[in-house]
Amino acid sequence: MNAAEPAGAERAPARVRERAAEVAAQVRDPEMPMLTLADLGVLRGVHVTRTADGHEVVIASITPTYTGCPAMATMRDDLVHRLNDAGFPHVEVRVVLDPPWSSDWISERGRAALREAGLSAPGPARRTSGPIALTLGPARSAPACPRCGSTATRLTSEFGATACKALYTCTDCLEPFEHVKEI
Amino acid sequence: MSDEHGSIYDGLLGGDSSQWAFGTDFEDPLAGVDTTVPDGVDHTELAEYCLMLGDDALIMSQRLTEWCSRAPDLEEDIALANIALDLLGQARLLLARAAAADAGLLPALPEGSPVPAEDALAFFRDAGQFRNVRLAEVANGDFGHVVVRLLLFAVARLALLERLRASGDTVLAAVAAKGVKEVTYHRDWAARWFLTLAQGTEESRRRLVTALDALWPLQPELVATDPVELSLARAGVGVDPATMRDEVDAVLDQVFAVSGVTRPDRPPLVGGGRTGTHTEDFAGLLAEMQVVARAHPSGRW
Repeated sequence: MNAAEPAGAERAPARVRERAAEVAAQVRDPEMPMLTLADLGVLRGVHVTRTADGHEVVIASITPTYTGCPAMATMRDDLVHRLNDAGFPHVEVRVVLDPPWSSDWISERGRAALREAGLSAPGPARRTSGPIALTLGPARSAPACPRCGSTATRLTSEFGATACKALYTCTDCLEPFEHVKEI
Repeated sequence: MSDEHGSIYDGLLGGDSSQWAFGTDFEDPLAGVDTTVPDGVDHTELAEYCLMLGDDALIMSQRLTEWCSRAPDLEEDIALANIALDLLGQARLLLARAAAADAGLLPALPEGSPVPAEDALAFFRDAGQFRNVRLAEVANGDFGHVVVRLLLFAVARLALLERLRASGDTVLAAVAAKGVKEVTYHRDWAARWFLTLAQGTEESRRRLVTALDALWPLQPELVATDPVELSLARAGVGVDPATMRDEVDAVLDQVFAVSGVTRPDRPPLVGGGRTGTHTEDFAGLLAEMQVVARAHPSGRW
């Protein structure tokens, strides 16, 4: 709802906006540093406006992966500092709640980075319109082991070290691994 | 450190938190979000409704947090902490939304207090001002108890959030759309453990059934209708819990059937948390949750 260009203020030149967007897109996720905020899909927009007294203000919009994600404050601070360092002294970070983040928004480059780091990337998110059926068994298709590629993997827990990850074990190579959950 | 007040801690506070590994400041979780109240909706009623849903999440989160380091194994300890964190996140947004809808509900604080609105509501209200259902507040028991409590809670909350996605209030609709995804995992976790304990040993089954029997009188409150809920449901903003009953019953009966457990037959507990009538256990929970904030109403953290 807030990713749109703010009304009223004058727009900054496109190249300024592009540079701010480029800097913001490079900021990394504090809990999964192999991903940039852009690859994770939490960076929803970067705009630059020019105030009446000539200041350029960067407005970056982010959305939480999970409602209680404790990394939001760090993401905000990191965005402000990287943009400050790049010559944008006035930065405002806004929260966008709608539409809710989906693991489907993780980019192809992000998925490759996850696999490279030994994590399993999420499959397609479940559709969630209407009443949601109860899942009593580990019915969701098991992810392949990011180390040996085996599909003989077993769910250990749907909750892991961060809100967005589940724990699996490979029954072939016996290694445990983390899987980014589908939401 | 060098200022005239001479506190050695001054240098640790202030706007720039870049020296910390994780940010220290808790800014408004609705920063930049449009919190305009929809036309024709009573501001105070909307705020009270947000308190109901927010207090349910906050108090349930607080009880689940007490499980930290006490679960039967590490994975379940982490699961309960994750569920508590999701609910705390929902509580923050809902309490912030309540404050944005009607600042008149905020408790009085000393002049110049830096306590944000969501914290004022969480830490500076007395028991009678909390609107949560009593299922969320009763004292913890054994692992069977938390499985039953979470099953009853998550089944109802998921049914509610599914419907709330269509709310005419854009903030509530967004909180619900996200919450549905989270609570689906909570409900599945509780239902699987219910089945596991029911079909485990004689002892695990006995404990599960005992907990179900003890908590069942608190279940009807989850699908009872408060006048504020009814009014907001009519305005297209809230959900009348009575409309969730069939779905809640069907999901619970599915879990009971597969587990071979009989639905208890016990009358509801008189009174209700929605109107501020709470159990004796609630005072202890609030004391522990609020004591530090209340001792330092002008503190900076």
